[in-house]
Amino acid sequence: MAKPMEKITWQELETGSVVTEIGNAREYETGSWRSERPVVEASQCIKCGVCWLFCPDACIVRASDGHFEADLTYCKGCGICAKECPVGCITMITEEG
Amino acid sequence: MDKFSVFSSRLVEKSENFTSGHRACQGCAEALAVRHVMKALGRDTVVAMSTGCMEIISSPLPLTSWRVPWIHNAFENSAAVISGCESGMKAMMRKGKIPAKKINFVAMGGDGATADIGMGALSGALERGHDMVYICYDNEAYMNTGIQRSSSTPYGASTTTSPAGKVSIGQHTQKKNMAQIAVAHNIPYVATACSSFPFDLMEKVKRAAETPGAAYVHVLSVCPTGWRIPTQDAIKYGRLAVDSCVFPLYEVIEGEYRLSYKPYKKLPLTEYLKGQGRFRHLTDKEIQMIQQRVDKDYERILRLSEEEK
Ligand SMILES: Cc1ncc(C[n+]2csc(CCOP(=O)(O)OP(=O)(O)O)c2C)c(N)n1
Ligand code: SF4
Ligand code: SF4
Ligand code: SF4
Ligand SMILES: [Mg+2]
Repeated sequence: MAKPMEKITWQELETGSVVTEIGNAREYETGSWRSERPVVEASQCIKCGVCWLFCPDACIVRASDGHFEADLTYCKGCGICAKECPVGCITMITEEG
Repeated sequence: MDKFSVFSSRLVEKSENFTSGHRACQGCAEALAVRHVMKALGRDTVVAMSTGCMEIISSPLPLTSWRVPWIHNAFENSAAVISGCESGMKAMMRKGKIPAKKINFVAMGGDGATADIGMGALSGALERGHDMVYICYDNEAYMNTGIQRSSSTPYGASTTTSPAGKVSIGQHTQKKNMAQIAVAHNIPYVATACSSFPFDLMEKVKRAAETPGAAYVHVLSVCPTGWRIPTQDAIKYGRLAVDSCVFPLYEVIEGEYRLSYKPYKKLPLTEYLKGQGRFRHLTDKEIQMIQQRVDKDYERILRLSEEEK
């Protein structure tokens, strides 16, 4: 979006409140909701993709060396990935501050 | 993202047509179900969605999580709106105004939108036989407005409008069986699914979209907020619902039943109920009573799918 969403006034909306840009919700960074953060022990990751498959926020990405990790821009810290990982290589860590 | 090397998740569509940045609660398996459904459907899809959690969390103006044409609807009419889209686009293709191609016309709603408020529009659309798919995300209450009971809330569940207490067990009516109501319309495809079984879910949604005529998919969608469970357990409870046969996974293709998954060992109902705050008040005797009902319903589905073999 050209303008930050909080700067947009109602006069600038499309007729009928049509949103013409697809998937622009990615501008809203849900990572700020998080109180816990998943940390992947990369050396143990078997690259199965189970965490990726079950993340409700579609925020598991693949690092350059092939293992999976959370994109903290969006991760809400639900802990599903840690719970479902078949080898248990994800730990939830409390966010400080 | 590149191809995944191991496990069949590498066969799953990588692109996200329902993007991050949506505002569902932490651990919302209803949002996960939408994510899976949209992977199965792909970009050549038009979605009409009734109000409810999934609509509210994905479309706060001026943002949207959708990467397909998506129409917000009032509570009751997503099935009617998608009927119109399908008929209109078909007519435009016939007249050569738009190129002819396969488009998935999909209406979606929660259990309140489906089993209560949009039931009339849905029944009409199924009866008319539009080439469409209806997907119900069943989290067993009106969650978006604060956990009010719907006709899809199971017996014994405590909600804000069916609170359990000294004189009440909570919800005192039986869960309406929407999949069976869809079957009674004699449509070519009906299925039940759950996002804890993503491959099964995606396969069914694909099949529903490929089926000419009307198709209905009922998706049990675990809601940690309304079910009062820890967020990380959302997938586990979907699995328990299926493994305890509270929510059997099956398809009905041209009237013929096919069980999709038979638990290796049928779990006792308590495994599913315990740990869920909404069922916390139930006594052993009450659970026993509910167990009998679960057994009876499951045996019926089992019988129907075995008769077809
Ligand atoms: C006719 C009408 N009645 C009530 C509402 C308020 N309302 C909006 S969403 C909602 C709850 C939706 O429940 P459900 O369809 O089960 O979806 P969920 O939020 O549980 O996913 C209610 C009551 C409305 N928008 N329109
Ligand atoms: S904690 Fe939840 S939101 Fe964060 S990456 Fe894991 S599954 Fe996704
Ligand atoms: S579930 Fe665990 S082992 Fe599998 S890819 Fe994710 S982190 Fe790696
Ligand atoms: S209330 Fe339930 S269904 Fe609604 S967004 Fe929250 S977890 Fe999801
Ligand atoms: Mg609901």
